[in-house]
Amino acid sequence: MPKTLEPIKIKREAELREAFLKEVIGMPHGEKIKNCIQCGTCTGACPVSRWMDITPRQVVALFRAGMIEEILHSRTIWICASCYACRVRCPSGIKVTETLYALKRLAIDKKIFPKRFPVHVLSEAFVSNLQKYGRNFELGLGIRYYLATNPLKLMSGARFGLSMMKRGRMAIRPSKIKKVREVRAIINRARELEGI
Amino acid sequence: MEFAYYPGCSLEHTGKPYDQSVREVFKTLGITLREIEDWNCCGATMYMSISKTIAYAVTARNLAIAQTMGCDICAPCNSCYTILRKANRYIAWDPKVRDKIRSALKAANLTYDGHVDVRHPLDILVNDIGLDTIEKRAKKYFDGLRVAPYYGCQIVRPVKHFDELDDPMTMDHLLSALGANVVPFADKVRCCGGMLMTTYEEIALDLNNELLLNAEEGGAEIIATACPLCQMNLEGYQAKINEKYHTNHSMPIVYFTQLLGLALGIEAGKLGMDTLLVKPKDLKLKSKDKKVAA
Repeated sequence: MPKTLEPIKIKREAELREAFLKEVIGMPHGEKIKNCIQCGTCTGACPVSRWMDITPRQVVALFRAGMIEEILHSRTIWICASCYACRVRCPSGIKVTETLYALKRLAIDKKIFPKRFPVHVLSEAFVSNLQKYGRNFELGLGIRYYLATNPLKLMSGARFGLSMMKRGRMAIRPSKIKKVREVRAIINRARELEGI
Repeated sequence: MEFAYYPGCSLEHTGKPYDQSVREVFKTLGITLREIEDWNCCGATMYMSISKTIAYAVTARNLAIAQTMGCDICAPCNSCYTILRKANRYIAWDPKVRDKIRSALKAANLTYDGHVDVRHPLDILVNDIGLDTIEKRAKKYFDGLRVAPYYGCQIVRPVKHFDELDDPMTMDHLLSALGANVVPFADKVRCCGGMLMTTYEEIALDLNNELLLNAEEGGAEIIATACPLCQMNLEGYQAKINEKYHTNHSMPIVYFTQLLGLALGIEAGKLGMDTLLVKPKDLKLKSKDKKVAA
């Protein structure tokens, strides 16, 4: 890209950042993020903070400093399993989980993740099931996921799938709803409304 | 008493025993469950990570259909339960979200006013039916069976509903009423990792190993769950955990509704007990008549 275009890009980034900050602060109780006292209760309450490169407390600090990019490139947003432990323990009532969801959405939107990234592969497969059938299809999801991320794991996955199938706990075919068109119409309309 | 039943995708297959036991227990206790016709996936945490509007709108289709049925929803899966409730909450809180959901539903000729309550079977059983009634109706009891009550995370969070956020007791009381010895279990609302078992297996294995170790340390012979994802992670990956951590876990993971069903005298097969991967050895299930005779 020619160098002359750079300032424009930076300006856009800044605008995006501002819009994003506004979105998070604008959600119900979102403004409470301004009340963070950096006590670290969120990090202590989080069952997976041990594996994070940026702890939930640091996420809030970086967020408030406007350093969104740092968080978007972290492993943290993908590790959060949305258990809401941070959210209920926070003495300032900050919606940490919702903030992480918003950051995850932004990262997916801007495609900030490695190629064949497991989290993205899984959510793509999940979403495509929902659009095709209206419901999740566990077997199809598993096969698609492992083929795209780690085909070697298909073997152990297959063993598990078979043992579940024997017990009637895994279906070979997806269960498709009758009015899947309705679901698609809702999704399409909602997609148009997302940015507004 | 009647509810619009939302089983959710997990309960169709991997969580089948949960579906079977909820239906059987409710039938026995005289609660009618009318399955929401042609329900769709709630979107789970997946859609929330991609698009907030789509996530709410997809979930709301189920709420809209339930509205036409004229009764509240019963949703046994913790994840569905929390997503459906969250959609309701944001519809009430945020006019922008509400308008977008309305507009998206309109594309399918559906409407939703935001007034269908979403209830968990644990809440309905203990708070609507009541422990007294359940105790009276029980034909059998678990003679001191040491159970760890595992609620999972999303059943009580993020907003307080029918039980405490940090130390819920509903399931404890229910299991005690059935004669079980509910052991102390500090991890009762600690996350099992959910989908991390697929995306970051090493993290989820560690989380579940800890849950199993802590339940064992409390003296549990069995873990009772209220969520198909917790059940699946704890039960389905025990062999893998044993291999990785050189442990000897052999912990049966059952749904609380399976235990309740057995106490109500429902046949084990109808409750999906035969489809468990780790079978309970001895549930210490005794007939109440004998207790009286003794």
